[in-house]
Amino acid sequence: MDVSLTNSIRFACTLKSPKFFAVTFKTCRFAPTFSIGIMAKHWWKILSVIIILYTIIIGLSVKIPIIANNEQTSRNLFYHVPMWIAMYTQFTISVVASVMYLASNDLKKDIWASSAGSIGVFFGLLGFATGSLWATYTWGGTLTDDPKQISTALAILIYLAYLVLRLSFNDLDKRARVSAIFNIFAFALLIPLTYIIPRMVDSLHPGSTSSPGFSKNDTDGTMMRVFYPAMIGWALFSVWLYSLRVRYKKIALKKIIHA
Amino acid sequence: MLEWRQKHAFFGILLYIFTTVFVINLMMMKPEDKIWNALFWIIQLFVCVNAVAKSFMQENRGRLLYYYSVVHPRHFILAKLIYNLILMLLMSVISLICCMMFLGNPITNPLYFIGVVMLGGVSLSLVFTMLAAIAAQASQNAALMAIMGFPLIMPVLMLLSSISRSAFEPVLQPGLPGMFMLLGGLDVLVIALALILFPYLWKD
Repeated sequence: MDVSLTNSIRFACTLKSPKFFAVTFKTCRFAPTFSIGIMAKHWWKILSVIIILYTIIIGLSVKIPIIANNEQTSRNLFYHVPMWIAMYTQFTISVVASVMYLASNDLKKDIWASSAGSIGVFFGLLGFATGSLWATYTWGGTLTDDPKQISTALAILIYLAYLVLRLSFNDLDKRARVSAIFNIFAFALLIPLTYIIPRMVDSLHPGSTSSPGFSKNDTDGTMMRVFYPAMIGWALFSVWLYSLRVRYKKIALKKIIHA
Repeated sequence: MLEWRQKHAFFGILLYIFTTVFVINLMMMKPEDKIWNALFWIIQLFVCVNAVAKSFMQENRGRLLYYYSVVHPRHFILAKLIYNLILMLLMSVISLICCMMFLGNPITNPLYFIGVVMLGGVSLSLVFTMLAAIAAQASQNAALMAIMGFPLIMPVLMLLSSISRSAFEPVLQPGLPGMFMLLGGLDVLVIALALILFPYLWKD
């Protein structure tokens, strides 16, 4: 149905101005294709941008409950936590792709794994940066000895090691195999590092045993109304970045194979 | 396994432990409890890197091919794990004795500390065996071992040093059984992953 719709629109355009050289995807590969049918296929990308814009604007302007002595810095919830959600999304994609690679030996799966890994590290660094910026003004130090900060730093280091490991191979298949194995290892350690250890030890981080999180104090649901869309929006946005990276890497791989 | 052939490696590590501890002794005669603990675990880490990491590097290609044709990769990695585990336990005991001799003995609860050291030796050797297997596939493997290994081993070391604090002074640590469980769980996880993933690593 989409195709027929776009074709009819294009047909109508060419009828109106027959002398005009239409730049469509038939005549030029890089033509902007802003037709309804193609836009409809990428609805989730548009949705992610709209949600992110919404959460940024509303997140700064909405009236929030004051949680303990965090005052207005609680707004960082809207920007800090979604980064981790995006990171987890990417690392999950990455480890699933790695397992699929080991099962199939298909280099395309390796591209999925490595792209998701690098995008995940990017969001991890952003999450760490927003967290330590917040810590500078509330805990009184950018890098503290808080267990949550240390363990997330370690988790990011492990994934940086994954990226370095990828650089140290010349053989494509060998690189794919060894890094897939390391990736599974890294994911197996990511879960205890960022999920189990921080819950066992006492931390200053909001939501831990000694300091209140937002869920108890947010009785009106104002924070929730921004927070949950923000998580979905950033996760979708990370998937968009990931798909771009996959497309770029696929072209690069094609060049290597043909050369 | 026939690794006793490499006697020079074994005695090399012994000498390594001895000199490291002696250098520390020369620099600071009797360190405090906390520093003693930290130094001990750092010695353990480097001993492990030296002892275990070599287990895959010193094999030449021909012999690896021979092993590959003779045994199943799962049995091979299991044998390596067990060998390195025993080696590391031995090294842990030796370095503990060395540290006690040269750096004084601040430990008030020796049996508990020996238990922790054993557990630490097991965890370190397991993680580094698997990492050595991965690094052996890459080209510049000595540098890679450090890059991959240290972030992976840091949580283990953090857990170990906080567990072993109870051996020095009577402190109350609420999450102690949980930490032991976590370390044991990590060991089981590493063994399981090694057994599952090693056959893929050995395909060529």
